Amino acid sequence: MEHEISLSDLSVDESAKIDHLLIYGSMRRRLTDIGFVKDTKIKCVGKSPCGDPSAFLVRGAIIAIREEDGKKIIVRRV
Amino acid sequence: MGLTKNSTGIKASDTNFNIKNVGAKKIIAIAGNPNVGKSTVFNSLTGMRQHTGNWPGKTVTNAQGLCKSKNKSYLMVDIPGTYSLSARSAEEEVARDYICFGNPDAVVVVCDATCLERNLNLVLQITEITSNVIVCINLMDEAERRGVDIKIPELSKRLGVPVIGTVARKKKSLAPLLKAIDEITSAKEIFPLRVRYCPEIEKAISIIEPVIRKKTEGKINSRWLSLKFLEHETGLIEKTEKILSISFSDDATIISSLESAYSFLDEQGISREKLEEEIAETFVRSAEDICDGVVVFDENTYNIRDRKADRILTSKWAGYPVMLLLLVLVFWLTLTGANYPSQLISGLLFRVQDFFTLCLRNIGAPEWVNGVFVLGAYRVLAWVVSVMLPPMAIFFPLFTLLEDLGYLPRVAYNLDKPFRRCNACGKQALTMCMGFGCNAAGIVGCRIIDSPRERLLAVLTNSFVPCNGRFPVLIAVLTMFFVGTAGGITSSLLSSVLLTIVILVGIGATFGITFLLSKTILKGVPSSFTLELPPYRMPQIGKVIVRSIFDRTLFVLGRAVAVAIPAGIIIWIMANVRAGDISLLNYCAQVLDPFANLMGIDGVILIAFILGFPANEIVIPIIIMAYTAQGTILELDSIVQMKDLFINNGWTWITAINVMLFCLMHWPCSTTLLTVKKETGSWKWTALAAVIPTIVGVCACMVFTFIAKLFIV
Repeated sequence: MEHEISLSDLSVDESAKIDHLLIYGSMRRRLTDIGFVKDTKIKCVGKSPCGDPSAFLVRGAIIAIREEDGKKIIVRRV
Repeated sequence: MGLTKNSTGIKASDTNFNIKNVGAKKIIAIAGNPNVGKSTVFNSLTGMRQHTGNWPGKTVTNAQGLCKSKNKSYLMVDIPGTYSLSARSAEEEVARDYICFGNPDAVVVVCDATCLERNLNLVLQITEITSNVIVCINLMDEAERRGVDIKIPELSKRLGVPVIGTVARKKKSLAPLLKAIDEITSAKEIFPLRVRYCPEIEKAISIIEPVIRKKTEGKINSRWLSLKFLEHETGLIEKTEKILSISFSDDATIISSLESAYSFLDEQGISREKLEEEIAETFVRSAEDICDGVVVFDENTYNIRDRKADRILTSKWAGYPVMLLLLVLVFWLTLTGANYPSQLISGLLFRVQDFFTLCLRNIGAPEWVNGVFVLGAYRVLAWVVSVMLPPMAIFFPLFTLLEDLGYLPRVAYNLDKPFRRCNACGKQALTMCMGFGCNAAGIVGCRIIDSPRERLLAVLTNSFVPCNGRFPVLIAVLTMFFVGTAGGITSSLLSSVLLTIVILVGIGATFGITFLLSKTILKGVPSSFTLELPPYRMPQIGKVIVRSIFDRTLFVLGRAVAVAIPAGIIIWIMANVRAGDISLLNYCAQVLDPFANLMGIDGVILIAFILGFPANEIVIPIIIMAYTAQGTILELDSIVQMKDLFINNGWTWITAINVMLFCLMHWPCSTTLLTVKKETGSWKWTALAAVIPTIVGVCACMVFTFIAKLFIV
């Protein structure tokens, strides 16, 4: 069964698929622009020395996202 | 960093929307995502040396240059990198406005071959506005190395526009691009792929498009503009009205068709947010479809080396130590490497001084001529050249290497959390790094920060990192008072560690003041943030060295020299014109003495910093001149003699530390302040940018002096 979690719940090297975003306004558009849309594969590739932000592989690019934003990005484990 | 003729100094913030076009050449705009090598393409085509670097957001204004193909010449315009044209940040707006209203004859969209799908998003948004588009897929060599295979002919067929694969570092690979530009500008009709939205949106567009088309008379793409109406992009619409000198808001047909389109979307349950999202998603999905089968790579092996490097450079245990070590290493290489050439140059230049003096005496010139031109202008100039040139010629290439490698975004990534604790943004780390080269360039670079509040924080605190104009002062004082001039590995290592500590004090002040500001006049919570960590790229070492020396070093030196010569003359006059039995310079110094003494320095030093307002490089020469004008004529061809001079004038290690503290934290130079004015558009923020570091510096010196004296006496 598919299990809904947030992007921030992914540990390093875990992959998931984006389900939906709970972020609104310009940040939402920014994320959509760089490819954060439903069913996009996303993989956590590392965390910064303070544990936050984390780096994610999305559509061939590495994007750093903060934990509080990541919590609002709902993903499904694959 | 960011130091070229166009990216430092007062020109740094020019946003030239009105591109000068002499001789009505065809205009080619170069667009693309951030950090895909647009500037490299631009430089290779124009032979210019626009600053390049491996980090997103480096180009924040339109740069332009000439480019010649076999039989035509073009005006190339390098526009800021953007992920999309939705204009949510300053540079996105510059980019969008240029493509919409700059009327380029063609747009070259530079894409990163290693990350093509995301780049196509922008391509599709641009083909929506204009037909004359060429897609230039750059970094093909990088893609090949990563096992990415791109079927270019098929891609070109799907997009309906010419697609050229290039390796912009190799000029030869740009020949096909030039050929494509020749073809596209000679009236060859192009029919690019235009994305189709969901039926409801398409229907809404068809309701308003005919009236908009009639109104704008083909001066702007009406389908695209209709879409912007549906998205309620009022800013853009007002701009369109202004530029085309028409008015939509008083046209009854437009208003009524807009109303029917809005109510149609309402009926279909498409809110404004939903519409915006549909549109953005359509681009992403279209890009995905286009890439399907055209771009092939193995996900498991792709990027594996970068991930390994990141595991170390951004890891919990090594992330910060590596940053610190790199800082020490850069300083150590700079100090060690610069030591000998510095002595050589200064020995040489001062021998020339004696020669000049001798010549002047032989031709019987009056003594004041020798004073003004040789002891004044020439000596200051010689000091600036011998002390600044060697360290800059080493420091800049080293920094450029780190920049080209792609390390700087990792610094921002590592420092995001600390900056967020101060309610600011990790990207401030990038602007801070730029400040090491030139604070004016660092302040222009603050445009990469989206939130206006966070941008102001970065602008106001930028001068807490010393620019290359202040490094020589720090290095000279450190060497004289704390390391000794004996040379050898230990002493040079010690000075780089000490210099790093001084820099860390500046960085600490940056954090502290950012925090204070965010709790007082710039209250707010950190906004959201996304930061791309670009792939590491092997820097082109040879090119980096040549470019840094000829471009940045000589340019910065030129600026310093331009200030040093007149300053030298003025200072010599001040030091030698006497009112009663005291020189003007010393009179001013005496007035300032009581206050300066509280700060643990003397009036001469304080006046040197005040006179150094146009450029901090001349602070030390002023001090020397003021001291030597008091009677002791010294041959200042070595740092040991300089130390003696300073000690004779009452310097102690406390003075030395205070000079360094004050050098690190006082009013920024005039160029920097003018840039702040340009960037913030307000004298209030400009004044604060000067007042804040000054107060911090004065307080730091007073507190330090007070504590130091407590322990000594």
